[in-house]
Amino acid sequence: MFAYAVRRVLATIPVMAIVALFVFSLLYIAPGDPAAVIAGDQATPQDVERIRASLGLDRPFLIRFGEWVWNILNGDMGVSIFTNLPVTTMIQQRIEPTVSLMVLTLCLAVSIAVPMGVIAAWKQGSWIDRAVMGFAVLGFSVPVFVVGYVLAYIFALELDWLPVQGYTAFREGFFPWLENLILPAIALGGVYIALIARITRATMLEVLQQDYIRTARAKGAGQRNILFLHALKNAAVPIVTVIGIGIALLIGGAVVTESVFAIPGLGRLTVDAILRRDYPVIQGVVLLFSFVYVLVNLLIDLAYTLFDPRIRY
Amino acid sequence: MHRRTLLQGTGLALAAPRLALAQSNARTLRFVPQGNLANIDPVWTTTTLARNHGLMVYDTLFGLGRDFQPKPQMAAGHEVSADGLVHAITLRPDLRFHDGAPVLARDCIASIARWSKRDVLGQRLAALLEEMRVKADDSFEIVLKKPWPGLAWALGKPSANICAIMPERIAQTDPFTQITDYVGSGPFRFRRSQWVPGSMAAYERFPGYVARDEPADFLAGGKVAYFDRVEWHVMPDPATAAAALQNNEVDWWETPLADLLPVLRGNRDIAIEVVNTAGALAMIRFNHLHPPFDKPEVRRALLPAVEQTAFMQAALGEDNALWQVPAGAFTPGTPLANGVGMEAVAGPRDPEAAKRALAAAGYKGEPVVILSPTDFPTINALSEVAADTLRRAGMKVDLQSMDWGTLVQRRAKREAPAQGGWNIFCTTWEGLDVSVPGSHQPIRGNGAQGWIGWSTSPRREALREAWFDAPDQGAERKITEELQALVWEEAPFIPLGLLRPPQAFRRSLTNIVTGGPPLFWNVRRG
Repeated sequence: MFAYAVRRVLATIPVMAIVALFVFSLLYIAPGDPAAVIAGDQATPQDVERIRASLGLDRPFLIRFGEWVWNILNGDMGVSIFTNLPVTTMIQQRIEPTVSLMVLTLCLAVSIAVPMGVIAAWKQGSWIDRAVMGFAVLGFSVPVFVVGYVLAYIFALELDWLPVQGYTAFREGFFPWLENLILPAIALGGVYIALIARITRATMLEVLQQDYIRTARAKGAGQRNILFLHALKNAAVPIVTVIGIGIALLIGGAVVTESVFAIPGLGRLTVDAILRRDYPVIQGVVLLFSFVYVLVNLLIDLAYTLFDPRIRY
Repeated sequence: MHRRTLLQGTGLALAAPRLALAQSNARTLRFVPQGNLANIDPVWTTTTLARNHGLMVYDTLFGLGRDFQPKPQMAAGHEVSADGLVHAITLRPDLRFHDGAPVLARDCIASIARWSKRDVLGQRLAALLEEMRVKADDSFEIVLKKPWPGLAWALGKPSANICAIMPERIAQTDPFTQITDYVGSGPFRFRRSQWVPGSMAAYERFPGYVARDEPADFLAGGKVAYFDRVEWHVMPDPATAAAALQNNEVDWWETPLADLLPVLRGNRDIAIEVVNTAGALAMIRFNHLHPPFDKPEVRRALLPAVEQTAFMQAALGEDNALWQVPAGAFTPGTPLANGVGMEAVAGPRDPEAAKRALAAAGYKGEPVVILSPTDFPTINALSEVAADTLRRAGMKVDLQSMDWGTLVQRRAKREAPAQGGWNIFCTTWEGLDVSVPGSHQPIRGNGAQGWIGWSTSPRREALREAWFDAPDQGAERKITEELQALVWEEAPFIPLGLLRPPQAFRRSLTNIVTGGPPLFWNVRRG
């Protein structure tokens, strides 16, 4: 197990190297020139060239890439072309809201979706099952921003229970933090709940057909024990896999959700940086997201052994 | 404990944070700017947001009044020698920077020197400058090689880049490098530690700022800050900003989307008003390097097809209080705007006449590439109407949509449209920028050295030079009338109307300074 974990951690290094090369190359060939954006309308071509040179954008690709990798290895992600702030500072400023949003969404989604899926499988064909599946279709179909607007309209503008936008840091109290994040988490969680509920239901239906479930019933085990102790544990591997894959959905959805609810997170930082061609910030954030995704997949692989002791690496 | 006492106590405890928040909000102005304040050096960049930030944090030697004439601001007085070559400027007493240091003549000289390397009128000063010399701690002289009556206007103009007065040590930064020390001279102090680019910028009233003992007069007069704190909350989503304003989470929204105005008007606590009365002049800009718009006859041929009202309605809706047509080459409503040749864009429109004129000019059906930024709704709307106008005039149009970042790079390309270049883009220029020939980039004719589109016209350049030397407003008017006539003849751009987008704010705000960009002095609550 330990050797496997070490092997997997080491395997992330070439993955991250490929991601780094890909991200850097993509930005190199993408249209858009930060020097032209900075220079503004009154600038002469000479001004733009001078700004490009001062930003180091006129140097060869390989030299820039080599320097960037070396700096990353030394913990330096560079300085934003526009704000003149270190990229690490900008990420630090933005990471808490995004992590908060994702963690809350994850907790909400798992705690709602898994019981929904289990109950739908248990009551297969009933109105409960149809309602759960109907919700799942709705969750997949309605875009995050539509859910966000509807929630903000009802709970902020009409009922005046919650704020429309913004973020309050966790250190300022749990309830103010929750007050700002609950609507975004529900909006972002819709598609995630739908995904997990569907997978949970499908996997549970398969597991509930197994002989050992029939045996448990024959031995007089209670329904709750059968569903949550025997069946759910055996259905956990695909569910956990989907939860892990869904992290990518959350990262993508966070970009939209953070814009709709004006949350100062990494998603908005990424969009702003892309629109301005702020290369160091784009590279830093994409690299961070990639690292998180690789890490989550690693944790999920390791979690398999907890749910299914037969799995050994 | 009695049940009622317990309930009262609990209620007070729960309400306390909100009461404290309400009190704090009363002293804080929460503002939603037009976009993200990504950089904060108003000399290094020309962005409107950095300029607006700069007007809070830095004071200027002169400021324009509501009549668009320069008035002393940091300057106590300004004397010009009889030959017009020496401008002697004396500073007001007790001026201080945000670190408490006094504002000295050498700070002003260093600030002017840095600004003169980036700003278009600053470059004019650099070309005319003999020397700048300190006379005393509170006075200095600018010595010119030839007279320039517009110097005070240039030093006080609010259009980017502003001549922000910084401490000498900061102003000595290379003008092509961003400053890293944000000590300013204006009525508000920038709180860099609280700045989260893309989310929030915070400012605090600078208690050491000495305002002029006069009423506020646009960028001149007394800049008295009534709020202890101003917060800029960046909200990229217009619906969110509208909801936040309705929910009293913010006080002032700079750029409400035209589609959302009816909703906001329905809220009795919200006022919708035009704050920036100088507005923005919308225009079609041609690429003069490639066919078909390398010929003035082709550019001019489009004029009968241009329906300014259609462009304005597409951009801001049908409420004609939010835009003005007809608009000529200079910002309507400013002293140099004139009516010369306005029939070119006013009166009955005739696309068929444009079609005939295009044929006569030798247009052979080449595709016309129009660049359109989808992330700027107003300019996107102008581009779509431009495409329709050209199609009605019989042109073959290739409307290419992209984000602004791509457009900015694409329009800088000088290659032919088939090799990744372009023919037309629509844009807007701040009304104050294009109110005088000196800072009016689209009107210039300096070819490859000029603004995107690279129009060449020695006649327009000569008239611009003459404007710098004009002794009085009468002479200036005569020159701008000739310039406008040339604009209709050579059509380096086609004006599309003056946009006056409204701003939305809670009615609890009063005494907002109107005329140009959002200003945070004089405004108060209640």
